[in-house]
Amino acid sequence: MNWAPKNIPEILTATWQHLVLSVSSVLIGLLIALILGIISARRPKLYAVVLTITGIIFVIPSLALFALLIPWLGLGTKPALVGLSSYCLLILLRNVVTGLRGVSADVLDAADGMGYSPWQRLIGIELPLALPLIVSGIRIALVTVIGIATVAAFIDGGGLGTIILMGIDQNYTEKILVGGILTSLMAIFFDVVLSQAEKYLVRGRS
Amino acid sequence: MLMTAFNWIIDHQPEFYQALGQHLIMSGVSLAFALAIGLPLAILIINRGGLAFAVINIINALRTIPSLAILAIMMPLLGIGLWPSIVALTILALPPILLNAFIGLRDVDPDAVEAAIGMGMSRGQVLRKIRVPLAAPAMFAGARTAAVQVLAGATLAPFIGGGGLGDFIAVGISMMDMSRLLVGAVPIALLALTTEFTLGLAEKFFFAERSTA
Repeated sequence: MNWAPKNIPEILTATWQHLVLSVSSVLIGLLIALILGIISARRPKLYAVVLTITGIIFVIPSLALFALLIPWLGLGTKPALVGLSSYCLLILLRNVVTGLRGVSADVLDAADGMGYSPWQRLIGIELPLALPLIVSGIRIALVTVIGIATVAAFIDGGGLGTIILMGIDQNYTEKILVGGILTSLMAIFFDVVLSQAEKYLVRGRS
Repeated sequence: MLMTAFNWIIDHQPEFYQALGQHLIMSGVSLAFALAIGLPLAILIINRGGLAFAVINIINALRTIPSLAILAIMMPLLGIGLWPSIVALTILALPPILLNAFIGLRDVDPDAVEAAIGMGMSRGQVLRKIRVPLAAPAMFAGARTAAVQVLAGATLAPFIGGGGLGDFIAVGISMMDMSRLLVGAVPIALLALTTEFTLGLAEKFFFAERSTA
């Protein structure tokens, strides 16, 4: 350990970049997935189409996806954000729709009978009931994106991947380890925290 | 831009086919290794609670390490080239194969297991004749996930001198040559999509009967 103790500010900056990049990608993805999910949850044909498209994006290897975006968006944070947020669409969409569909018809009927407008029903009843599954989707998406975000360093997206790539270029094992371990720790941290949130939400229900 | 990329491939066929070949060999060999390690390991630990707990936890921890880091760490350990990439990709492919096989073997319909025990089968026989065949769809699904992951991981192999189609992307980015970028990215994307689609069809074809039962 020679390099890390002397370069704490650099490591912190990369960690912070990585965190911001991952979290904002998942938030953008979530926003799109919520809109798509709410529109398509009760329309099976539309849902099949949306699921196929997001599925295709999910299968394309991350570096290839970034490379396909570079001609339109150039290098930097922009293609990284677009790539990462489209990457987590499938995971988020599936959980949003499964959550919304899980709300029983009786509950929906009761809400309608009480005079809820479709919008009120969505905000007041359907989304809260779907919340545990949505949180679980956010957890899986975030853990996935934190890992893939290391590749974004290659297109100048910043983050912990920068340290790993530096380690590769300079054949400096410590940098590879610092970058890799911090990424894993970040993923494990969110996995644990969001699992707890999920449990808390489910328990609050019963 | 796509035309330029296509013309480049036509003009540089040997180079392109070599990269494609490297990509496929690297992915295929790693997947084969991961299957050869993962499936027997799942069968080995299924009836050993403590060992299973340890292995599953190690595998889950392994999953959080980004693929770039797994590839990168092979360099100081094994040097650069094709073999370090194959080792890294095998490690990448192991979690989905092992976890799917393990869960498939564990969650086999308890009635089927009980009936087999009632018929006088030993533990080993239950494993061989009941659990393994019934878990086959889950094992296949794991292999499918692993195959797509390995193809994606192989894209990163050029970073440690492993070659493959990712080379064109790396060169394309460093020279900011958009068509070269596409020479790598489009075949990689098509390869991954074809694999996912074909294995998905195969899964339906082989196991459709059982999954509806």
